[in-house]
Amino acid sequence: MGNKAYPFYFVSGALFLYLLFYVLPSVMGFFYAFTDWNSFSSAVNFVGLANFNLIFSAGRGYLPFLKNTIVFTVATIVLKTVIALGLAVLLTRGLKHLAHFHRVIMYLPAVLPMLVVSLIFKSILNPATGLLNTSLRAAGLGFLAQKWLVDVRWAMPSIIGVDTWRGVGYIMVILIAGIQAIPRDYYEAAAIDGASGWRAFLHITLPLLMPVLTVTTVLNLLHGLKVFDIVFVLTNGGPGRATDTVYTVIFDEFSKGRYGVATALSSVLFLIMIGLGYLVIRSMHRSEAG
Amino acid sequence: MKRTLRGLLYHAIALVVSLIMFTPVYLVFVNALKTKAEASSMGVELPAVPQWQNFATVIERGKLVTAFGNSLLYAVVATLIGTSLAALAAYVLSRHRTRFNRFIYFLIIAGIAMPTNFVTLTKVMQLTHLINTQVGIIILYAASQIPFNVFLIYAFVETLPRELDEAAIIDGCSPLRLFFYVIYPLLTPVLVTAGVLNLLGIWNEFLLPLYYLNRSTYWPMTLAVYNFFGQFQSDWSLVSADVVLTILPVIVIYLMAQRFILAGMTTGAVKG
Repeated sequence: MGNKAYPFYFVSGALFLYLLFYVLPSVMGFFYAFTDWNSFSSAVNFVGLANFNLIFSAGRGYLPFLKNTIVFTVATIVLKTVIALGLAVLLTRGLKHLAHFHRVIMYLPAVLPMLVVSLIFKSILNPATGLLNTSLRAAGLGFLAQKWLVDVRWAMPSIIGVDTWRGVGYIMVILIAGIQAIPRDYYEAAAIDGASGWRAFLHITLPLLMPVLTVTTVLNLLHGLKVFDIVFVLTNGGPGRATDTVYTVIFDEFSKGRYGVATALSSVLFLIMIGLGYLVIRSMHRSEAG
Repeated sequence: MKRTLRGLLYHAIALVVSLIMFTPVYLVFVNALKTKAEASSMGVELPAVPQWQNFATVIERGKLVTAFGNSLLYAVVATLIGTSLAALAAYVLSRHRTRFNRFIYFLIIAGIAMPTNFVTLTKVMQLTHLINTQVGIIILYAASQIPFNVFLIYAFVETLPRELDEAAIIDGCSPLRLFFYVIYPLLTPVLVTAGVLNLLGIWNEFLLPLYYLNRSTYWPMTLAVYNFFGQFQSDWSLVSADVVLTILPVIVIYLMAQRFILAGMTTGAVKG
């Protein structure tokens, strides 16, 4: 067996495309991050750490969007995990009928293009005519109506809400599979011992679901750090720059022709995400072994 | 009594959540059939008279025939390339685990987490003369699917008995024949799963054409919709009709291939 039966040229096509279009640009990024590469001159000069100084110095306007990205990421992780866990338990342990139907509906938003979801919510969140505010007013809850995407205080929470709406079904489906993999005997034994409902959840479901929860958390983390479409369409970083995130700023710098700064930003993101990617692989392999 | 009440409560919660998830989708379908005035608030009411001609209008004004053809071309061809190359690679990496091959496997699946550096990728696209070309976007999409596909298929190859390979080799099969006649047919379930996920992912994608296709005749549906929205912001009935045409294929594929989508989504996250 060995090399003869499994020749390496089988791997070469996939490896070549991957290396050329994904690894090479990332490696080149680390070189260009230290230059003043831009669209206005053909010369590319070494500028040392200037781009990184610009990004990490206070008062230059770059730190707030790093904060925005982290706020978005942490908030969506918490919201999606908590809501998805509740729904997963509801659909596996709570409902006897219609569970499949609800699962199909709740997962639906996850297969829609983020762009389209953002367009729909741009209308729903319209302060004057949007469905959210008109429904709130019709229900006598007019005091809850906000200028969702326009108000500096509400723009980021609105984006977080829309992303949660879109992604919660995806996380729920993974958690449902996780719950279904827990042997029924555990619950039966617990019921005999008088533990059911909340205590069964706390002492059986939650601990046995931990490896799966680790994976969903990392998936949410990677998704959160790369957020682009939803911000680009809903607010384009506004009002002001209140909702700018790493990827929208990279696109902005790119459009302005400031390639050096844009690529330095990409490289920072790359380092963070490769570190996290290592965690994904480790947690996935642990759950495979466990 | 208490048990029935609780059951009712559970059903009520599930119903409310499903309503929240479904309403925005319902909104675009119902508003796509309204007049401009009726749709101005994107409400939940049904149209007085269904305006079917909205679809004809957006297809013509939004140049959707071209965009639909482009999306179909990019999604189908890139999926075929992406799954085939990944299947070949995953098979060898899974079967022949040398230290080097394991390193290559981890290098490739690290791409699941790796962000794309769009700025330097522009440079690579220029150097390879692929920028602003349809071939270029197809290759980029195929490449973008490879890490996840390799991950998915690698795990599946582990479940196929090695005795199959051994028997075929003793019979004098070449590696290519072994792969295409023995292994490939057995990979069908995982290839369908990967294929469906790739198709949906590429159909929904927006960033790569935004960066690398500036000629409007090359735009896929997502970019066409976004541009259409820029021009007809005030006319939600037409924007809705455009959105409906974009998501209808996605919803049909989703309802038909749910089983495969769920299988792909939960592989790796959950044992088994």
